[in-house]
Amino acid sequence: MDHAVNLSTEQVSLSESSIWHKLPVIGGIVGIVGLGAGFALGQGHKLELLYSYLFAYLYFLTIALGGLFFVILHHLCRAGWSVVVRRLAEHIAWTMPLFAVLFLPIAISYGDIFYWANAPADDAILAHKAAYFEPAFFFARAVFYLVTWILLARFYNRLSKAQDETGGIEATRKMQTWSAISMVLFGVTINFASFDWIMSLDPHWFSTIFGVYFFSGSFVAALATMILIVLQLQRSGQLQNVVTFEHFHDLGKLLFAFTVFWAYIGFSQFMLIWYGNLPEETAWFDHRWGPEGWQMVSIVLAAGHFALPFLFLLFSDHKRRRWSLTFASVWMLAFHAIDIYWLVMPNLALMDHDTFHDFHPSLINVACFLGVGGLFMAVLAWRMKEPAPLVPIKDPRLAESLAFENI
Amino acid sequence: MSDNATATTYGLLAEFPGPEALLKACEKIRDEGFESWDTHVPFPLHGLEKAMGLKRSWVSFFCLVMGLSGAALGMLFQWWVSAEAYPLIISGKPAGIMSWPAFIPVTFECGVLGGASGALLGFLILARLPQHHHPLFNNELIHKATDDGFLVSIEAVDEKFDLDGTSSFLKEIGATRVEEVRA
Repeated sequence: MDHAVNLSTEQVSLSESSIWHKLPVIGGIVGIVGLGAGFALGQGHKLELLYSYLFAYLYFLTIALGGLFFVILHHLCRAGWSVVVRRLAEHIAWTMPLFAVLFLPIAISYGDIFYWANAPADDAILAHKAAYFEPAFFFARAVFYLVTWILLARFYNRLSKAQDETGGIEATRKMQTWSAISMVLFGVTINFASFDWIMSLDPHWFSTIFGVYFFSGSFVAALATMILIVLQLQRSGQLQNVVTFEHFHDLGKLLFAFTVFWAYIGFSQFMLIWYGNLPEETAWFDHRWGPEGWQMVSIVLAAGHFALPFLFLLFSDHKRRRWSLTFASVWMLAFHAIDIYWLVMPNLALMDHDTFHDFHPSLINVACFLGVGGLFMAVLAWRMKEPAPLVPIKDPRLAESLAFENI
Repeated sequence: MSDNATATTYGLLAEFPGPEALLKACEKIRDEGFESWDTHVPFPLHGLEKAMGLKRSWVSFFCLVMGLSGAALGMLFQWWVSAEAYPLIISGKPAGIMSWPAFIPVTFECGVLGGASGALLGFLILARLPQHHHPLFNNELIHKATDDGFLVSIEAVDEKFDLDGTSSFLKEIGATRVEEVRA
């Protein structure tokens, strides 16, 4: 068994004609047009515009967070197999500064988005939570999350890229050493970010498992994105014989596992609230079950984000073929969008009960989604098209990863 | 050897110099059309299943069937106990199948239990384990399989088996040592 690493330039760098060279411009145009259209359509529908924007922001933020998690996890368990796909996860995490910029509209309009910002003074529950919802504290936390994510993403990108030049094991050791504290920081920040930016939309409600629920969906979305990017790159000739079906099989297994994990956490959250039957807890599910349309969305979400992909991804063949991986990844990304939509949108009823009591999809949702998505793709492509290799070519475990086999 | 001798012959045990040689030999044994044969190596060898031409294992089928049966039985039992035989009203929940969310944790655990025992039982059945003895242990050579030996055994029941012919075939494809295993 020959373990010498001998990769050609064509295998590990983008081809001249690759779509990724054009995507920064295409994505930028889609982003600006999308956000512009959303803004235009949203004239006179300020609430709907802000919530649509928050939904789109959170959707693409979860992909970046999932990528960051993949990188930290890789170093934390000293993984060998995933070296060939780690660079893509690093690229996805590198988009983090975009989300710091895109947070600005949310920060400026926080008074219109969050019920707690203008709550009536006689609200006893919120009076107890007043210290936590102190605006200065809220913004300090947001800055802390975003700065932490940017620094973590930069740290792993910088060292990994430096290793491409120098080689050696020092960079790997350093990333492994820092991965433990990185994981703690990641866990705390994603948890409280989900509390602050989604759970607090309905500030009377609380669920301690909510952060785990948010995280499980994030990792599913990031895995699906990575699978699709690798498949796209292989279609145009890159990463051939670098990322093999053994790697796809493992990415598919993780996709399957976290789809199940999402359901496990989602059901745990639901069952405890259903069993306890306390009005301030059940109200949250009531907003997603009682009003016209939302009940159907809830059923579709449970079936489409768990039951059907569970049955589909159960078969090992489906994790090893192009068509089935493409199908499953696109499917999961679509249902992750429904999941985030289902988390964010019903809370509109708290702000304007008459207009938003029922399920209320609109073009503003789509425009904002395309807008943030376009900007996300543009920044990701901007990073991808840099002349850096698509895999960490001097990682000490690259040979192990290239030779990886499941059985 | 006469036909009488082959009646008490279990098969042949051959040693190969290393993993690479073993994999190449396996491909040749496979292409020769042997079916009742096996390999004995000290560590998991990638690509061995392919080289031996093994078909997909049925273990996952056992796992799936037992897992689904476990989950179904778990749900059925809870429904019968707390909704049918002795309806219980707990914290105002309907005493029927409409209380299904309360049954899910046990159903899930029963599914896991069924799936795990199905995988274990399936493996034991397919590997015909446990056995108190196996003819291969009559030969000292087999002990090298837990140390540094890369071994192939071919059983006499195989249609293509012929003591002298198969023995020289194994030497031809690179075996350094070939022994007869007596039943």
